[in-house]
Amino acid sequence: MTTKLVVDCSTGVVEEVELTEEELAQREADAIAFEAAEKERKAEEALRAAKKAELLAKLGITEDDAKLLLS
Amino acid sequence: MPVTYKKIASVTVTGATASNVEFTSIPNTYTDLKIVFSARNSTGDVDNVITLNTSTGVSSARRLYGTGSSVASDTAAGGGLATPSSATASTFSSTEYYFPNYAGSANKSVSIDAVNETNGTNAYSNLSTQLFTLGSAITSIKLAPNSGLYVTNTTATLYGISKS
Repeated sequence: MTTKLVVDCSTGVVEEVELTEEELAQREADAIAFEAAEKERKAEEALRAAKKAELLAKLGITEDDAKLLLS
Repeated sequence: MPVTYKKIASVTVTGATASNVEFTSIPNTYTDLKIVFSARNSTGDVDNVITLNTSTGVSSARRLYGTGSSVASDTAAGGGLATPSSATASTFSSTEYYFPNYAGSANKSVSIDAVNETNGTNAYSNLSTQLFTLGSAITSIKLAPNSGLYVTNTTATLYGISKS
C-alpha cells in the first residue's frame, strides 16, 4: 500500500492517505521520465569530464595547473 | 515586537514510508512561505518535485548543482534533494524552499537551497529557482520524490513569514 501524508494547515491534523490509481500511474510515469532524464544528464557529465581530461592531456598540464592559470 | 516568522504546520514520516507530503489549506495571511525539509529516500539520488494547488507543476527552472566532483547547471524541475539509500545510515538532506509573495496574483516562484549528506565523495548540492504559472494564492504545496519513497523521520515544516 502506497500512502501520502497530508497536513491540513487550518487544523494541524496529519492524515495518511492511500494513493489513488491515477496518482499511482502518475508516480510511475514520473519515475520513468526521471530515470531517462538522469541517464541523459549523467551521459553529458561523463562526456564533459572526458573532454576535459583530453584537453588537459593535450596541454600537458594537471587540473590543479589549470585552476592556477584561471585563478 | 511583531512576530514575522511563524511555524504553520509540520509533518514527519513515522510509518515505514510515504510517497509524498502535502500541506493543504495554507492560510493567505502571510507575505512569504518557507519550507524546511529534511529527507531521505528509499532509492537512489532523487529530486523533490513541487506541485502547487493540486495540479500546477513547474513551468520553467534553472538549477546550479555540484556532485562532489564536478559542477554544472541545467533546467531540470527538481531542486530539493532527498538523501539516497546508499548514503551513510541515518543521514538526511537539508532543503529550504522560499516562496515570495505566495498570496498575490502574479505567477509564483520558489528559490531552493539543498544539500545531501553522506560520509563519501559524492553528495549533491543544488541552488535552484523555479517558476509556476499560477495567478492565485498558493493554498497547497506537495513535495514528492521523482522516484522512490520518503523514509521514516523525513520531516517537513512550513513557516509563514510576514513583512512586519
